[in-house]
Amino acid sequence: MKSKSQQVVLDDLDRQILRLLQENAKQTYSEIGSKLNVAHSTVYDRIQKMEQAGFIVKYEALVDLDRMGIPLITAQMTITADPKETENIAQKMTRFGQVLEVATSFSEELVIIAKVVAKDQAELHSFIAKSVAPLPGVLRIRTAIVSRKYKEERFGVGQEKKFSKLKE
Amino acid sequence: MREEAFYFFTSIGNYTGVSAASLDEFVQKLKDVDVKSLEFHLFREDFEKWVSQTLGDSRLAADIGTVRIQKIVGNALRDRLYFLVSRRLKELKSALAPASVPSSVASKERSQSSVLRPS
Repeated sequence: MKSKSQQVVLDDLDRQILRLLQENAKQTYSEIGSKLNVAHSTVYDRIQKMEQAGFIVKYEALVDLDRMGIPLITAQMTITADPKETENIAQKMTRFGQVLEVATSFSEELVIIAKVVAKDQAELHSFIAKSVAPLPGVLRIRTAIVSRKYKEERFGVGQEKKFSKLKE
Repeated sequence: MREEAFYFFTSIGNYTGVSAASLDEFVQKLKDVDVKSLEFHLFREDFEKWVSQTLGDSRLAADIGTVRIQKIVGNALRDRLYFLVSRRLKELKSALAPASVPSSVASKERSQSSVLRPS
């Protein structure tokens, strides 16, 4: 890892450490070190620096909510809004606990995309009808309820290399 | 934000962009809103709940309930709802207009009525 006019640049070792942490953040420095053939102190230093530089945002546990008896439905909302209000609506959406992700997208028109969860369809509808539809500037809402998930992963460090291989 | 307004959806989470904050607005929107939305809300009893709980009009809610029981769909449903709501609106407006007050004044008072527009 090098500093280049205040900008931290990651090298191959850093990327490999990050990839291993993404797979399992509970691995010890020694375990990571032995997999990469480096000393555990090197792993420790690299991780410390990447945490401080903000490359590692946080460590979290992925909990199986079904197993805990908390089944939730997930839905993808697409909100068409008055362009003058899009930013405000997106900001307000971030404050709802039911909303997991909010983004804006521009294809044919500027829309807000949000991933939401609810206990059931009735609760989902109630949330959208009482909290989202009344927001000033909301023109239309389309909601797709997820019926079955085939894959859900986070993007792993190093996966971008596979994309360039696919192109060749 | 119009929390007390009625928001027309065509199915779970799919909002048409049409809303009504009073019985006056509601009857106007009935004319043009997607008929799927009318069917969706009727069979969920949403119209009845809004009319009775927000507008406080249990009589109109009961009238709408009979339409639901009759399972009327499509444009026949639109026509029936429009008839019932506009008839009720007419009744309310005539009940609120004092006989001795000129019609222009009565009209102004009617537009401020809490019966026609939820507070």
